[in-house]
Amino acid sequence: MAEQKALTIPLTYDQVKGLRAGDLVTITGTIYTARDAAHKNMTEALSAGEALPMNITDQVIYYAGPTPAKPGRVIGSCGPTTSGRMDAYSPTLLAEGLRGMIGKGPRSPEVIEAMKQHGAVYFAAVGGAAAVISDSITKVDVVAYEELGPEAIRKMEVVDYPCVVAIDSFGNDLYKLGVEKYKQTEPTT
Amino acid sequence: MREISTRTITDKVRELCIKAAYDLPEDVEVLLKQGLEKEESDFGKYSLDKIIKNVSLARHDHVPMCQDTGITVILVRLGQQVKIVGGSMTEAINEGVRQGYTDGYLRKSVVADPLLNRVNTGDNTPAVIHTEVVEGDALHIQILPKGAGSENMGAVKMCKPSEGMDGVMDFIVDSVTNAGGNPCPPIIVGVGIGGTMDQCTLLAKKALARHAGSAHPEPGYAEMEQQLLERINRLGIGPQGFGGRVTALAVHIETFPTHIAMLPVCVTLNCHAARHTEATL
Repeated sequence: MAEQKALTIPLTYDQVKGLRAGDLVTITGTIYTARDAAHKNMTEALSAGEALPMNITDQVIYYAGPTPAKPGRVIGSCGPTTSGRMDAYSPTLLAEGLRGMIGKGPRSPEVIEAMKQHGAVYFAAVGGAAAVISDSITKVDVVAYEELGPEAIRKMEVVDYPCVVAIDSFGNDLYKLGVEKYKQTEPTT
Repeated sequence: MREISTRTITDKVRELCIKAAYDLPEDVEVLLKQGLEKEESDFGKYSLDKIIKNVSLARHDHVPMCQDTGITVILVRLGQQVKIVGGSMTEAINEGVRQGYTDGYLRKSVVADPLLNRVNTGDNTPAVIHTEVVEGDALHIQILPKGAGSENMGAVKMCKPSEGMDGVMDFIVDSVTNAGGNPCPPIIVGVGIGGTMDQCTLLAKKALARHAGSAHPEPGYAEMEQQLLERINRLGIGPQGFGGRVTALAVHIETFPTHIAMLPVCVTLNCHAARHTEATL
């Protein structure tokens, strides 16, 4: 496998242009969690002409809703959720300057087109490996929509958070390339 | 009559909810480890390795293996010689879920209304409870915390009887193909065949509750499970959908008699965190 590339936030256009589907990366810096209800709120705010609760230019959004932290811990288990549910909202946020997204599972052609247009990248973390992932998170603060509970927007400090570049800014898609490579035809009987 | 108190039920449900979230049953873990040995793709091996390490860490640290600790599906087999004392069984079960999800620091993922008012109930209740009255004086409780990533990718089809074995198999394989990397493969595929539309969906859930990798007692269905597993693992989806050989760990089929004009089929998927716990009171 390829060597891991260390990325730091903010993620610049030039950094993103150097990434290819299938690259292993680690992410260090501040990222924001947001999932279904937070995405709905954010895009509604934008269409009402209001500001987002945080500046997303060159930032990375992590599709996640953690379990509550046990006493003495920074956070509970915090793995990625299915990204496809955010597809309806992502092109709007990419147009606002969002540079990266972390989740799991394939994205729609519309999202991939917006990623190519604006120069953005989609990272996949291993879904269901939530306890291991939490070890990379060092600080967490709720910054918006606290009433949404697990769906609130959280600002997180991450150190060496491991991900795979699933879809790059040129539209190369590991979910298609990988499956094509291993797909076997039915044996003839 | 044998008396079982609602308090006993609440305590047991609480314990089972927490255990399910922290401790993946060994039957699933064995299949994951066998999967790692079989997998050829680098990204598949990378994913399975992380998944297996995560299972150990969650068990050791007493934390949820996945942040989606699910909507709580509970299969109850109530012996007809049992008398529940101290209140309602349904409320006792929901109280157990409430306590388990709170005391176990599990995520509360249930909204009060599906469409008009998607406000979190704050305690993961109500659970989805299926009760079957059976002979005897025991109360059997099985808990399947069901995450949305896999549950959202299920499918039902009212097949025509003329579609036969080929049509049913194609529908099951196509459902897995359409799910792709979304349900967190490697998955366990639960299939319900027969009954009515509602019953085949419950059969599919019961199929997921089986010991992972166990074969159907009837040789014809056991062979169908094996053939489906082989076909699904030729799709190339692989762990996490990154491409690979291990897309499913097992296929389980459950059946029920049906109408002369019907052939209902339900496919329900479980992610690799195929959590299931049970107890008999």
